[in-house]
Amino acid sequence: MTGATLGALRESRWGKWAVAGPPLLYLVVFFAIPTLIMVAASFRSPGEFGGLAPFVGDDGRLDLTLESYVRLAEDTVYLEVFLKSVVYALVTTLACLVLAYPLAALIAQSPKKYRDLMLLLVILPFWSNFLIRVYAWMIILGPNAALAKAVNGVLAVFGVEPVPLLFSSFAVLVCLVYVHLPFMVLPLYANLEKHDRALLDAAQDLGASAWQRFWRITFPLSLPGVYAGAALVFIPALGIFAIPDILGGPNDSLIGNLIKQQFLETRDWPFGSVLSIVLTVAALALAGLAAWVGRRGAEEIARA
Amino acid sequence: MALLEIQGVTRRFGDFTAVDDVSLAVEAGEFFTLLGPSGCGKTTLLRMIAGFDLPDAGRIVLDGKDLAGSPPERRPVRTVFQSYALFPHMTVEGNVAFPLQMAKVPAADMPAKIAEALEDVRLTGFGKRMPHELSGGQRQRVAIARALVTHPTLLLLDEPLAALDAKLREEMQIELINLQKEVGITFVYVTHDQTEALALSHRIAVMNRGRVEQLDEPSRIYGLPATKFVADFIGHCNLLSGPVTSGADGVVALDVPGIGVVRAAARTIPATGAPGTVALRPEKIRIATFAPSDAADNRVRGTVADLLYMGDVTVYKVETEGGARVEALLANSQSGRTKFFEVGDAVEMSWAVDAGHYIAE
Repeated sequence: MTGATLGALRESRWGKWAVAGPPLLYLVVFFAIPTLIMVAASFRSPGEFGGLAPFVGDDGRLDLTLESYVRLAEDTVYLEVFLKSVVYALVTTLACLVLAYPLAALIAQSPKKYRDLMLLLVILPFWSNFLIRVYAWMIILGPNAALAKAVNGVLAVFGVEPVPLLFSSFAVLVCLVYVHLPFMVLPLYANLEKHDRALLDAAQDLGASAWQRFWRITFPLSLPGVYAGAALVFIPALGIFAIPDILGGPNDSLIGNLIKQQFLETRDWPFGSVLSIVLTVAALALAGLAAWVGRRGAEEIARA
Repeated sequence: MALLEIQGVTRRFGDFTAVDDVSLAVEAGEFFTLLGPSGCGKTTLLRMIAGFDLPDAGRIVLDGKDLAGSPPERRPVRTVFQSYALFPHMTVEGNVAFPLQMAKVPAADMPAKIAEALEDVRLTGFGKRMPHELSGGQRQRVAIARALVTHPTLLLLDEPLAALDAKLREEMQIELINLQKEVGITFVYVTHDQTEALALSHRIAVMNRGRVEQLDEPSRIYGLPATKFVADFIGHCNLLSGPVTSGADGVVALDVPGIGVVRAAARTIPATGAPGTVALRPEKIRIATFAPSDAADNRVRGTVADLLYMGDVTVYKVETEGGARVEALLANSQSGRTKFFEVGDAVEMSWAVDAGHYIAE
């Protein structure tokens, strides 16, 4: 399509809707409406066998209640699980950042002909199913695997009792980092790849050591990439339930597990909805914050 | 002793020799220019002085100290980059403060030094701006202030004016000359623009294919080019080649095909029959319908084949009766006339013996 026809399409009202309509419709049907249903459900009572209680009861009263919100506020165990989820997500984000930064920098500095291959390797894990990759960690961390034997062998030298690697916070965190690493590498790479090599030459010329060049030039200029990667890792990590389910111990239940439990096991849809709303609001707030900070940084660089 | 001495420096990239056994010396306080076409090795040489590249052979000595083994951050040398390379996330002040911070200058001394550097480049009051809020010329000045704030021994400038438009470039040239006089720091300037080099420099090294073809003052580079390359690269020049027919008393005669015998000044008299070239600037040729009778040294008849009207001057490309092409330039300074000749006009060109300059092959 030529620029002229694209421009004409953008001009016409019909054209605008033709372009923006399908994704908008998709978001309304599959995001906005379900979210509204969830909000509505949070103000209802649970049904006897799951689902919701009838909206108009036998006594003719409408089923509208704040009961689930009160329950959330009264019992601190939910707050604890939520805070624990935030801590796990933060640790995951930080670990991903520390691991992904050198990798992204390495790819960005590599000759152009190798970069595509290296990026392909970064996203290669996506080619196999998420759950299969999580189950694979059961084997890697299992008690009869080489890793557990090696770790416990070293511990035995110091007279420490063997520790199980599987079904632990350690297993959950290792897998969380593994699963989310590409989401940190890609935005960091996209940022670092655009850096002007002349800035580092200039900094060196003006007397900066390698360490100073990194902290004064490269890192501040990469902050938009850091924020983008952090948002892409932190938000999904906050709501995850499969990894603690499969690899975690009894104390590794996160907010995602709690929500899943409410819908599938306890069959308390209203309370599950309340927990989901808390998670969504927290994620939106953090994403908004990251986007705001990131945009400011990006504008600075773009104008330079 | 010279401030900067380049001693037999060579740099190769694979089979390509970027800098080929270059030796030169830059005096303290000098405005020294490396001039040449792209790929001539001038930027490679500059990068080796800054420390971003290392010579394969030879030495670079600054102020009596061999720079080998000093990384760029440890050399008392600063570079002004072609792209300015201002740090986009820092204010003008932050940029200028950066080298002071790296040198661990006490924080209390910084504001005065920053103010002085900004004053030197006439940017007082711009300290709080971000680089993206500045014009190209202002960014250029920030880059210079940042490089000068620590009073380096040597300032390297890598085509610093290439990104500016013609008018601004001329202004900045005058400012650079004044600034260099004011701060007294030695400048080594790299450019491919010969007018810029002629206007700015105390001395110019003309480089070609990794070698220095001529190192001299601007007027001598222009007036007495040592090689055909220099004559051709600096300004416009007619290169009239042919065998030497005679030579005596500082004058040689060449038999140039299409023109005939051309007589020109020569410092050394070549042997008869040797191939040679006379470099003849277009503005040294007189062009008239008939040459005045006193212009007896060199004269040739032809017709105007092409002309380029430039406003202040007109360049005439004249085809001689023998089929050679000669370029002559005439100032349009006579009142009442805008142009002297048209295409197809028969003209006669003449020039004095000392207008041409003999170059041996």
